[in-house]
Amino acid sequence: MSNSAIDVPSRGGFSFDLCRRNDMLAKKGVNLPSFRKTGTTIVGLIFQDGVILGADTRATEGPIVCDKNCEKIHYMAPNIYCCGAGTAADTEAVTDMVSSQLQLHRYHTGRESRVVTALTLLKKHLFNYQGYVQAALVLGGVDCTGPHLHTIYPHGSTDTLPFATMGSGSLAAMAMFESKYKEGLTKDEGIQLVVDAICSGIFNDLGSGSNVDVCVITKGHKEYLRNHLLPNPRTFVNAKGYSFPKKTALSCINREFRNLNF
Amino acid sequence: MESIQAKQGLVGPNDPIQRTQLPYVTGTSVVALKYKDGILMAADMGGSYGSTIRYKSVERIKPIGKHSLLGASGEISDFQELLRNLDELILYDNMWDDGNSLGPKELHSYLTRVMYNRRNKFDPLWNSLVLGGVKNGQKYLGMVSMIGVNFEDSHVATGFGNHLARPILRDEWHENLSYEDGVKLLEKCMRVLLYRDRSAVNKLQIAKITEEGTTISQPYALKTFWGFTAFQNPTAGAEGSW
Repeated sequence: MSNSAIDVPSRGGFSFDLCRRNDMLAKKGVNLPSFRKTGTTIVGLIFQDGVILGADTRATEGPIVCDKNCEKIHYMAPNIYCCGAGTAADTEAVTDMVSSQLQLHRYHTGRESRVVTALTLLKKHLFNYQGYVQAALVLGGVDCTGPHLHTIYPHGSTDTLPFATMGSGSLAAMAMFESKYKEGLTKDEGIQLVVDAICSGIFNDLGSGSNVDVCVITKGHKEYLRNHLLPNPRTFVNAKGYSFPKKTALSCINREFRNLNF
Repeated sequence: MESIQAKQGLVGPNDPIQRTQLPYVTGTSVVALKYKDGILMAADMGGSYGSTIRYKSVERIKPIGKHSLLGASGEISDFQELLRNLDELILYDNMWDDGNSLGPKELHSYLTRVMYNRRNKFDPLWNSLVLGGVKNGQKYLGMVSMIGVNFEDSHVATGFGNHLARPILRDEWHENLSYEDGVKLLEKCMRVLLYRDRSAVNKLQIAKITEEGTTISQPYALKTFWGFTAFQNPTAGAEGSW
């Protein structure tokens, strides 16, 4: 028996070792760099033939809008899409990872993916990381058992709902849904209600803005309507355009070509 | 110093100064809007003691003078104190007996000053107030918060109503709503609040004020719908999950 400590193989999952150090630093006034959050309005609803998902397109870094037209509706499977709110990196990474896992599963089983599979994979991952993966998701799709809509919270809990909203604009969007939703909506009514809810988030919540993305999923068919509505056009655009005199293009002092011999 | 402490009431000369630092019995949102003939205001009748709904018959909308309605959310005792102050104000106004009476604009200004000065003394009246009224054909609807922020608008809401009711009002309110449409719109907002605000109770009053006078309705309950198929069997297709 050697005197050195036995090397225990790492058990996977999140290592909480640095959390105490971070807390200590925070008390001393050294704060973490801010994340790029998608301070968002994302919604989903079930209509008579399937599921409609909607999202705004603003990504914020604290008080600044860093991306005016980002994509928050992520592909999971041909029949399943997922909207993500919270830290942008987390939602992207987690949906990409589960999307790959679903693809491998499809190859393995030879069948269309089910929404509950995606739900369980996401839920297990998020619970494992105890809320540190800050991804709040609205997962929707149509599989052989019918249309499904779920919300997944950063700590790993899930809900199955006929209509759902997440993100900072969720209350404004939920106000629209609670007052106007009914069962058995047609596709056009459903899209209109989703657009109303997202616009309510865009115009009443500071963390949401720009355009509306919509995704309609029905049995065997999906429609990804990127920028379905653009309610915030640029108002003042110089009609003459901008002209740059030729001299400003390349004002170099000296031009010389040399062969680099390696 | 001593006279200020004595005014706090029931405080001995050497006791520390008492301040409202935490609200105890609170009312939730108030929603109000301007319609064709005047102002409509709605509030439920719940008084919560922390997370218990302790009182279910609290009237949070009161008529003030001839021309105004005051609705309050937040600490109920501070609202009652305000009503006492306003009573005194209206009484002195009546004693002038000069045919003029305090209108909603004046009361709004008075309340703003009271709230702001209290907050400057670090002893706020823990309320968000909604003041609406009609005088000489002019409709007025305004709001004052506990720190003295005040503004006037065509539709206002306090507390959770700001997040849940104002998006609906911004979308669906328009000038010259009829009385029935105004009530329907207010009920829509109160229903969403009932579904989504944990301190809401299903017993509300709607108050109306026009040039003719004030009416505060009897308390009644809203109809709610819980029959979505997804609620009946949420785990259909995935037995054992939730």
